Amino acid sequence: MNKSLLVSLIAIAALAAPMSQAETLRLLTWGGYAPEDVIAKFEAETGHTVEVTTSNNEEMIAKLRATNGGGFDLAQPSQDRISSAQEEFGIYKPIDMSRVNAELFIPSMLSATAGNTTYDGEVYGLPHVWGTSGLVVNTAEAGDVRDYTDLCDASVAGKVSYRLKRPTLIGFAYSMGLDPFAAYGDTEAYQDILDQVEAKLTECKPNVKTYWGGGDEIKNLLRSGEVIASMAWDTGGWQLNADNPDITFVAPEAGALGWIDTFVLPARGRADDAAYDWINFVMQPEIAAMITNTAGNFTAAVDGDAGVNADLKARYQGSFDQEAIDNIKWYPPVPAGLEAMEGSTLDRINAAN
Amino acid sequence: MSSDTSRLGLYLLLAPIFLWLTVLIILPHVGLFIVSISEKVGPRDYDTGFANYAAFFTEPLYWRTFARTTIMSVLATVLTLILGFPIAYYIAKLTKGRAKTTLFLMCMIPFWVSELVRTFGWMILLRETGVFSNLLQYLGLVTGPVEMLYNDAAIMVGLVYTSILFMVVPLVTTLDSLDDSLIEAGYDLGGTNTSIMREIVIPHAMPGIVSGCIVVFMLSLGNYLTPILLGGKDSLWFTGMIYTQFITRFNWELGSAFGFLLLALSSLVVFLGLKVSGQSLSNTMGRS
Amino acid sequence: MIPTNPDLECRDLIKDFDTFRAVDHIRFDVPKGSFFSILGPSGCGKTTLLRMIAGFQTPSSGDLLIKGRSMIGVPPNKRPVSMVFQHLALFPTMNIGDNVGFGLRQRGVSRSEIKTRVSKVLERVGLPNVAERRVDQLSGGQKQRVAIARCMVLEPDVLLLDEPLGALDLKLREHMKVELKALQAAFDTTFVYITHDQSEALVMSDNIAVMNNGRFEQIGTPHDVYNAPETAFVAGFVGDANKITARVSSAKDGVLTLSADGESDIRVAAQNSGFHVGQLLQVYLRPEAIELLPNGAEADKASNVSHGIVDAVLFNGANSMVTVKAEGGVLWKVALPQTGGFSSLQKGDAIRTRWHPAQARCYQAAEG
Repeated sequence: MNKSLLVSLIAIAALAAPMSQAETLRLLTWGGYAPEDVIAKFEAETGHTVEVTTSNNEEMIAKLRATNGGGFDLAQPSQDRISSAQEEFGIYKPIDMSRVNAELFIPSMLSATAGNTTYDGEVYGLPHVWGTSGLVVNTAEAGDVRDYTDLCDASVAGKVSYRLKRPTLIGFAYSMGLDPFAAYGDTEAYQDILDQVEAKLTECKPNVKTYWGGGDEIKNLLRSGEVIASMAWDTGGWQLNADNPDITFVAPEAGALGWIDTFVLPARGRADDAAYDWINFVMQPEIAAMITNTAGNFTAAVDGDAGVNADLKARYQGSFDQEAIDNIKWYPPVPAGLEAMEGSTLDRINAAN
Repeated sequence: MSSDTSRLGLYLLLAPIFLWLTVLIILPHVGLFIVSISEKVGPRDYDTGFANYAAFFTEPLYWRTFARTTIMSVLATVLTLILGFPIAYYIAKLTKGRAKTTLFLMCMIPFWVSELVRTFGWMILLRETGVFSNLLQYLGLVTGPVEMLYNDAAIMVGLVYTSILFMVVPLVTTLDSLDDSLIEAGYDLGGTNTSIMREIVIPHAMPGIVSGCIVVFMLSLGNYLTPILLGGKDSLWFTGMIYTQFITRFNWELGSAFGFLLLALSSLVVFLGLKVSGQSLSNTMGRS
Repeated sequence: MIPTNPDLECRDLIKDFDTFRAVDHIRFDVPKGSFFSILGPSGCGKTTLLRMIAGFQTPSSGDLLIKGRSMIGVPPNKRPVSMVFQHLALFPTMNIGDNVGFGLRQRGVSRSEIKTRVSKVLERVGLPNVAERRVDQLSGGQKQRVAIARCMVLEPDVLLLDEPLGALDLKLREHMKVELKALQAAFDTTFVYITHDQSEALVMSDNIAVMNNGRFEQIGTPHDVYNAPETAFVAGFVGDANKITARVSSAKDGVLTLSADGESDIRVAAQNSGFHVGQLLQVYLRPEAIELLPNGAEADKASNVSHGIVDAVLFNGANSMVTVKAEGGVLWKVALPQTGGFSSLQKGDAIRTRWHPAQARCYQAAEG
């Protein structure tokens, strides 16, 4: 080894030391969860830099699985997809609660998420943003649609859309008077529920215009009037409501399906300091309100709704009365292997003529 | 000595392509194959076996989807050929100089935007509140809005549109190399348009036809966006199925097996196609 | 009225392109069974003319008759003519038999008959048993014969040939000239042959039309065209010639005396030519018309005799030549007989030349 190389190595090592304080945070999250202004504020305050990759639940897990939990320092999958993914693939590392400012979190949500994301005695997730999925309806044309199964009604034939994904199975099951979450642990009972839902959805198929895939697609269909009733997320409904007061989110009679997106640490993340800094930063009430204003969903931050704009609050209250809030069905952790059963059901529905 | 150095030079020249093949093609496929022969027993617990491959043949949905994808791709290939041949013939034989370049560029312009944008373009045209539907209503040909999206015909339109360039380019190349005097000789000897097309032009263009068809077939078979976005409720596509296995089902084992089956079965279809048309791959790829 | 209908007849054919006239008032007829050549430099319009006869181009005006029937508006595949293309245009995707049988198949002739007729015609062109071979397995000369067989099997009234020998090497070309002539005689079909090679035209043709700038300069037998060129272009284009520009200084008894700058006067015979004193003329004289005089030979008064120096000896077998620099500086090309006598001739030797006034041809030159 020659001298100059040695010198440059020493120089690099010397440079690297102070850099460990200011890290690059590689964040794998949903669109809207890391707005530009929040990032700018965070970078100014902590000296870290943030690189954002937006994705969805399934792709987040697939990405982390492909790298055995590398490539990112912080990810935000939903709480029901954490313990089973950890059990099967080992892609996360436990949360060090001593580094989290627990006072920023609404205590009930923090403990519920902790319970749902525990594997082998360790907690893997912290709650961040929550929301629901239910029905988005053009009330002027399809005012009668109040529950999932109403989508199969002849009055809305050909003007209905939903996803061919697991939330549809769960929603229809509740609407049909079944309790799929209670059957999560019992494979046979769950299969029985799936079979009933399959029959219903197959029968309902002629009513459907198309199975939507992306959020923009369904918003487009509703905005143009080609679809007048659909299963969709609450935020989508509220956004459409801003343009067309007839369209809004309706909490179904059988209950909206509630999800909580979390913070998790990928197993081979390198910038844990920055990750904890980010968590503690975005859970501050005023920052949480900024995120709610862009993402459209509320957060688990204490007083996080104080700074949220009045229109959004009004729409939220219009869709949810206290009874509807109490009726929200929160997704429990999905046991490993359940997806394979649901997958075959969905495939059969898709192929059915 | 000199042969040694020239051989070294040859190796050095081949090194990039060899590396590329190994790192980007062979190694991932080996990895994928190993995944495909793992059978899941429980969490983090796998056996070795061919159950994933067996699943393809025992579950009718899987092989039916493959058959459907193959048939639709073959149909798309045939339609592309029928549509592309006159275009290629016109460009290669009936235009010269600037007009030729312009037409060729016009064929390529759609490929300057991404496939996603192109597909969205078709959605804007075909949807119920879209351009065609409104135009038909405006002309009074229909009374209410018409939905032209979300069916197999829409997929076909999208596939043909996406792949037409890959048919036209090899066809133009082979037709360009057809000496005009051969066509004139055909007429001079009493040939009609049809007989000249059948006996002179098509046999000459055969290598281009075959290579164009192979490329278009493979592109259609491997297309993901078009069937998903333009297709209807029953429009399952095999690549979409692979994606689902990998991403939404977390079932990489089955997904990998599907990937290999796609590779093997599509190669088989191409092989059968070559046999039927009496062409060989080296002949096709060597000449065009 | 016309005793024998000519096989091919062109009446005032004109073909205009956007910027120029390619074929200009062409009229000629080709008697049955004859070998007719159109000879001209490239770009003279001969290919356009041939393609109009074949039907690939439409004349701007004029008429074209084959066996007395007008061909205007008749597409190429309905005309009783066949064409041998410059590069032969054999179909590479078919074997020889299918190539030759192509035209018969278009006519709906039965398979078995096609087979017999194909093998018969291949035999006539001297290529039996090649029907199964591929085109690229044949030599250049064999392909040539296949191309002719492919046309002749259809028994056309007129066979058009578009410089088919151009791609062959010299030796084969010489051989094919003789062979083509023999084939034409054997098939007794009218051949229309275009070429820029005067030797091909001279050897094979019954009649030659010399074409320049879209017009026929002269139509005649090879002998006429060579020995009695009607225009300066023909004299210069067909065969080799010395060309001198000179002015008429006197005209008497059909003999003109011409003087060129610095040269001794020359005399040429020009009966009833109408040239008058003071006119500028171009004189063409064939190299073989000039005689080299051995030392001491008598110079006769009727001939032009001049002194000169050998400038170069160009040995080329029977076509050997010397260039002789005359006193005035003009270079004369003179045929060098290979009969002995002058074998010792060298550059720098003094020599006398002699030629008869009747051997030269005179044409009016543009006044410069």
